[in-house]
Amino acid sequence: MEQTFYHALEIKPDQCIGCTHCMKVCPTEAIRVEKGKAVLFENRCVDCGECFRACPVCAIIIEQDDFDKIFDYPVRVALVPSVFIGQFPEEISTEEIYSELMEIGFTHVFEVEHGVEILENELKNYIAKTENKPAISPYCPAIVRLIQVKFPALVENFVLLKQPVDAAAIYNKKKFLDAGYQHHEIGLFYISPCAAKIAAVKSPVGEKFSEVTGVINMNVVFNMVYTGIKQAKKETCIIPYRRSLKPKGVVWSLTRGESVNISGRSLAIDGIHNVIEFLEKLENDERMDFDFLELRACDESCAGGVLTTGNRFLTVERLHKRAEKAGKKHMNTYDHDSIMDYHEYVTSQLGLEKVKPRSMMKLDDDMLEAMKKMKKVHELMLFLPLVDCGTCGSPNCASLAEDIVQGRANITKCIFVKQTLEDRKVFSFEEAFKSLKDIWGEDKFNKKWQVNL
Amino acid sequence: MMNFKYHIEGGDFTHAGSASSQVKKMLKQLNVDPGIIKRIVVALYEAEVNIVAHAYRGDIEIDIETDKVFIKLVDQGPGIKDINLAMQEGYSTASQMVRDMGFGAGLGLPNMKKNSDVLNVQSEVGKGTCVEITTFLNK
Repeated sequence: MEQTFYHALEIKPDQCIGCTHCMKVCPTEAIRVEKGKAVLFENRCVDCGECFRACPVCAIIIEQDDFDKIFDYPVRVALVPSVFIGQFPEEISTEEIYSELMEIGFTHVFEVEHGVEILENELKNYIAKTENKPAISPYCPAIVRLIQVKFPALVENFVLLKQPVDAAAIYNKKKFLDAGYQHHEIGLFYISPCAAKIAAVKSPVGEKFSEVTGVINMNVVFNMVYTGIKQAKKETCIIPYRRSLKPKGVVWSLTRGESVNISGRSLAIDGIHNVIEFLEKLENDERMDFDFLELRACDESCAGGVLTTGNRFLTVERLHKRAEKAGKKHMNTYDHDSIMDYHEYVTSQLGLEKVKPRSMMKLDDDMLEAMKKMKKVHELMLFLPLVDCGTCGSPNCASLAEDIVQGRANITKCIFVKQTLEDRKVFSFEEAFKSLKDIWGEDKFNKKWQVNL
Repeated sequence: MMNFKYHIEGGDFTHAGSASSQVKKMLKQLNVDPGIIKRIVVALYEAEVNIVAHAYRGDIEIDIETDKVFIKLVDQGPGIKDINLAMQEGYSTASQMVRDMGFGAGLGLPNMKKNSDVLNVQSEVGKGTCVEITTFLNK
């Protein structure tokens, strides 16, 4: 049986106008438009959020936990990724942002990239040891899911290590447990820049559950914090204990944030379509002898996350400046209350189980059956205009042909075919075929391939 | 059984690999094991690039059956003088230009052998080369 998967993305039928924008940008062809509404194929969706960006009427939402849920916990830690700080204009200091996070209700603020202090070495050791080269970073959960569904042969190349947010959650959980709190008293809330990271918390790959208690969308927290700062009238403010993030941590979530630390041949690619293009090539050519691949779904990596508010280039600029500043500080002093206090414990918890492939491309489990279906798809392609207009509700003619063969659609969904059949008053398959050949030319589909099925 | 043909032009590195990509997509649709797809595609890609790098033109024929994939590549080109020598790792006749593009490291035939179950190479100097790659699917 096909399993279904949790997705942070949800389409609101009430709002959807069936315009097909989302369907066309989906990198895994996971969206169809049926009866004027977009619907999601759960098993194909990789939570990249491209549809969310493309929707002109905000009919796609990213599910999150209710903010007030944080108040169920006496200990309320905001697990903040460094790109959050990068959302704000330069003149707003990190201290102000931290302070306002406490004002809105958190009891502690912890930047997740402190986890990099432990993870960096673990990553280096893993890459040095693994035989499955190129080692692929599982940092971006949309990429993990993309490879599972579209490039199943590459799942073995994943670095089986948890990520900074996990390290941060593991550390904070343990720290507060050791301080005498109970499990149910500790709330660890991740402020997510994207849908994929939410899915990774709610339905993790390679681990049973996540230590993170809940997820709140970054744009929501940004609005709360920025409003708070803008309207601040108070005389005093809370200055939380803040341990400065090391330069590598500051830029870890940006493009080349991981790869610059890896010796040997490594490559950093951002943008999910760029990643797909590269992986297609990687699958063909065995001689691409890379040691490490850092692949991120969003342009400019997490600075371009779908839930960010700031301009991604400005975010990158701010974070690079911050990293530079952090680098100039005296970094050799050992801060008290650091993730390094729990170095051994956190390290022992970082392993991931093997990532399983879940190919979405197969036409059928049985190869003979799949061959029959492929043959039908090919026959249908001779009828279809190859305009890829999307009006039928499938992203392109090839996927309509597949949908028809899989019993999900009907050939008359194609407005070109339908019009032709009506105009010429033809009803038999042969007649229709002939009419269509007259219009589109005999060889349209067969130009490149000679196929004998 | 399914049968596909593909034509390639010598010297056209821009499109080198498109047959491999097409075949890869189809094998994924046919639910062939990812590890086996990888072997087939790597071997085919090598063979495809060989034609682009060395021959004037060539034709690829691909037969897919439920138990095996058979690929035959016939080219018109200079042929291979000594097949045994060409089967050795590192042996290459590629020009510097081709090598600069990352091709022609002298791993073509050995890599094809490694990634296929049966490899058959026949060649006539001055006429062309015929490469047959068989990969079994039920293992």
